[in-house]
Amino acid sequence: MFPPLVGRRYFFVLEQNGKSNIVFLLVMSIIIFNSLKCYLKKRNGEINMIRFLLRRLTMSVATLLIIACLTFLLMNLVPGGPFLSEKAPSPQVLAAMEAKYGLDKPVGVQMVTWIGDFAKGDLGVSFRLQKNRPVKDIILDLFPTSAKIGFIALAIAVIFGIPLGCVAAYHRGRWVDSLLQVITTLGIAIPSFVLASILLVIFGVYLKMLPTLGLASWQSYLLPCFALAFYPLSYVARLTRSSMLDVIHQEYIRTARSKGVAPVKIIFKHALRNSVIPVITYLGPLTAGIVTGSFVVESVFNIPGLGRYYIQSILGRDYPIIMATTVFYAALLIAMNLLVDIIYKFIDPRIDVTGEVE
Amino acid sequence: MDGRKLLEVNDLHVSFFTPVGEVKAVGGISYDLGYNEVMGIVGESGSGKSVEAYSIIGLLQSPGKVTAGEVLFEGRDVLSFTNKEMQKFRGNEISMIFQNPMTCLNPVYTVGNQLIEAVCCHETISKEDAKARALEMLTLVGINNVEERFSQYPHELSGGMRQRVMIAMGLICHPKLLIADEPTTALDVTIQAQILELMKDLQQKTQMSIVFITHNLGVVAEICDRVSVMYAGRIVEQGTVDDIFYNPHHPYTMGLLRSMPNIEETRHEKLIPIEGTPVDMLNPPAGCPFGPRCEFCMNICLRENPPLIQVKEGHRASCWLYVEQAQQQCEGGEQSE
Amino acid sequence: MKSRKYGHITLPSFHIDADCLLEQNPNLKFRDNDFELADAAAKESFIENKKSMSYWQDAWRRLKKNKVAMAALYCIIFLIIFAFIGPFFTHYSYSQQVRGDENCPPFWQQPTAQYMAIHENFNRFDHPFGADKLGRDMLVRLMKGTQVSMIIGFTASLIVLVIGALYGAISGFIGGRVDDVMMRFVELLYSIPDILIVLLLASSMKPALTAFINKNPDSGFSEFINVLGAPLIGIFIAFGLLYWVGTSRIVRGQVMMLKNQEFVMAANALGASNTRIIMKHLLPNCIGQLIVTTCMQVPAAIFLESFLSFLGLGVSAPLTSLGSMAADAIGGIYSYTFRLIIPSILLSLLILSFNLLGDGLRDALDPRLKR
Repeated sequence: MFPPLVGRRYFFVLEQNGKSNIVFLLVMSIIIFNSLKCYLKKRNGEINMIRFLLRRLTMSVATLLIIACLTFLLMNLVPGGPFLSEKAPSPQVLAAMEAKYGLDKPVGVQMVTWIGDFAKGDLGVSFRLQKNRPVKDIILDLFPTSAKIGFIALAIAVIFGIPLGCVAAYHRGRWVDSLLQVITTLGIAIPSFVLASILLVIFGVYLKMLPTLGLASWQSYLLPCFALAFYPLSYVARLTRSSMLDVIHQEYIRTARSKGVAPVKIIFKHALRNSVIPVITYLGPLTAGIVTGSFVVESVFNIPGLGRYYIQSILGRDYPIIMATTVFYAALLIAMNLLVDIIYKFIDPRIDVTGEVE
Repeated sequence: MDGRKLLEVNDLHVSFFTPVGEVKAVGGISYDLGYNEVMGIVGESGSGKSVEAYSIIGLLQSPGKVTAGEVLFEGRDVLSFTNKEMQKFRGNEISMIFQNPMTCLNPVYTVGNQLIEAVCCHETISKEDAKARALEMLTLVGINNVEERFSQYPHELSGGMRQRVMIAMGLICHPKLLIADEPTTALDVTIQAQILELMKDLQQKTQMSIVFITHNLGVVAEICDRVSVMYAGRIVEQGTVDDIFYNPHHPYTMGLLRSMPNIEETRHEKLIPIEGTPVDMLNPPAGCPFGPRCEFCMNICLRENPPLIQVKEGHRASCWLYVEQAQQQCEGGEQSE
Repeated sequence: MKSRKYGHITLPSFHIDADCLLEQNPNLKFRDNDFELADAAAKESFIENKKSMSYWQDAWRRLKKNKVAMAALYCIIFLIIFAFIGPFFTHYSYSQQVRGDENCPPFWQQPTAQYMAIHENFNRFDHPFGADKLGRDMLVRLMKGTQVSMIIGFTASLIVLVIGALYGAISGFIGGRVDDVMMRFVELLYSIPDILIVLLLASSMKPALTAFINKNPDSGFSEFINVLGAPLIGIFIAFGLLYWVGTSRIVRGQVMMLKNQEFVMAANALGASNTRIIMKHLLPNCIGQLIVTTCMQVPAAIFLESFLSFLGLGVSAPLTSLGSMAADAIGGIYSYTFRLIIPSILLSLLILSFNLLGDGLRDALDPRLKR
């Protein structure tokens, strides 16, 4: 993914036009997808897989539609509107603004219009936060920043979380395990804004080691990424640990020991692959959430990302942004769940996701 | 082979230190096993038969610990092996097969992968040679289409086939001793017979010794040379198969034999079970553990643990009935010539 | 060869001489009646019957052995005492603004010269944790904040428990089509972004509730809403709408698993009615999981409330919660760091304790003793 200590030049490329990043991502996903297909051809019937993917695709579109409609309805059901909390405009101005954005029409009509526009690729314009700027541009501008931080945080969480969980499980009951238990429980108990603020104060102010605002240099990524990664890291470590403990007591581990397999190999060959499934289940939705940005981290460290923007748009009732971001997030979530299901098949040959498994 | 014994277990004590207290799972058992010999260990659930087997191969997990005794394998003290020595020992000179073939194979790796692993742990051998060995073992245990089965996953095989694979894995390094922990219990009766035949066959071919743990006396009669009957963590009777079946001395052994249904029995008799429930190993009472369930229980049985009395060469029983004084106290003095 | 008969059984007549036995074990002493058959009474008394423990006693015993969980329990009890009984021992009330005491430093810091000038008899333990910029005593506000955080946590998880457990139990027990439909609905709820709903509700409740209050100014409910603040009502509604899905899934899973257990089939075979099955067999087996889930829900609710406080949508002043205090303190983080640290510690302690207790309960109530 995007390892933290990559040279400046790489970052410079990524910081360019947001659109090219999206193209890059699309190309990557197509490549991955095709290589998956080729590998799967070797193992299972390709027909099954294609049918499965098509089925999932149709279900996804249907789900997205429902989510879009629900969100639209909820947004409009709740009292308040985009223009109401500004300095109270005169009724005529209010009516004019509403007419301009189509807010005077009944909710049903508005929804259908929005869906139609969405299908054409027109996500509308922002009402309040960035007057009249196309929503698509806004998202393409903000998403890469959040995604960068998100991926780095994810990488930290996985690269450190899983081995820590293995170590804790292996040394169960000893001081290593207890220490790790304490740290990880802290990690999931401390509210994110508390952690972010404290990190800011310690490293940014008292020790003056790291920059605290924005994303100027690679050092400025350290604090936000770590603040963002701490909760997932702790959760992944705990999950790995408990899953490992379950697996270590299974009979096939006893068989491996009776064969004389070395303990390290038992953990990393036999136990790990069996215990990694719950972790992957967790990582799927986590990825979707983390790359769309965290409001807390972006506020505390003043990073222009999608997370902060989303919250502001909800509070400001900027409907088009809310709709677009919600649907975008839902699409990401569905895609990640699909990816997770496909990965299951690689890990555990007993799982057959192509069949209708409840 | 020379008169040296392959395996000697001397006064082994194993306890589990649980949160509720110390459970004395094995309370001092001794037996020995020569080369090319099959020893059956019989007992009900909780008698400690599996626990003592685990201590021999070093698979005893906490909270279990060996508290006393020694286990000598070809004269070497197994209990004092370092981790590295134990790793080299297991799978190589001694191996074990387990009860439940459904869960004993790693579901995410192919059968072939796991077989090859068993070889490569102990010998430096090329992948191709290892594969050839594995295929050879699979054929030996009676599996057809070995090439196909080699690259299949455990869940694609039936229970009987999985147990055969387990046996192949156990034998692939030609161990001197195989411990079989109830290998047929979880299988269908017809498959049981097949697996037993297979094991008998393999034992004769490879001349390895087997410690065969089971609760089924019928199985013991099929395959074992000698038998140890265990109850509540102690050996109550020990002898050859003929001794145990035709000349049992301990009331528990007699009870076991009586409670086996006999398919050839023409008379209509009720099955005679052994009354009572197994012993609570957390607070084992003083005296003979079988006492409360024994119809010949005497007052001394409730007080003192009976000694191991040698009936004849190789046949021993642990019971107060075979002490002189007991002889004189028969019920109503009935004695027949 | 003599053989002995006992009833219809013939014992082998083999015996050994007792003397060589006595040689080997000198401690062995025979008594007169040793070789008579023991009677039934003697055999009975031989077996000590361990008193059997009920499931709950067993679980409680296991919990007590778990030091971490017990520490968490004591911590929670301490925090409850601190929050609910503490205020009786302080001089100030949480909303009382003491003029002149603004920004009073905590007992470990030295007050500024100007501050000393105003206060001639300065007692550093008057405001042990100092006072905020409006002169309100921090200690009492911490207590109040803990109270509020706890109440929010408990109420929210209660709402989740009731709705989720009922929904899940019904769905699991009825099964079939009804269950399918109910679960599809749950999946739909899962895919709605919760933050969206929470924020929408939290930020929009005000006008609706103000209207309600204006219509019924005297009702106790209005009083309640006024005190808590509109956003909190929003949180509770959001919880009632969205957060019960996890609990319902767990309960449904339990019920479905139990429904198919053999002991239920056995009870059925013995003629037990459906009600009896539910009451005596299914429900008690679910309670364990329910307790654990509820215990884990409390910190989630407190977490969410603190997040809302960070956004400015927490409890309305002068009422405060730990999250609000921490969020307010972020602004003055450089000069008054302790105002962030102390509520954060208490907040983290609260969340941590409930998490650890939930973990411990899960271990204790799980009858599969893996350890």
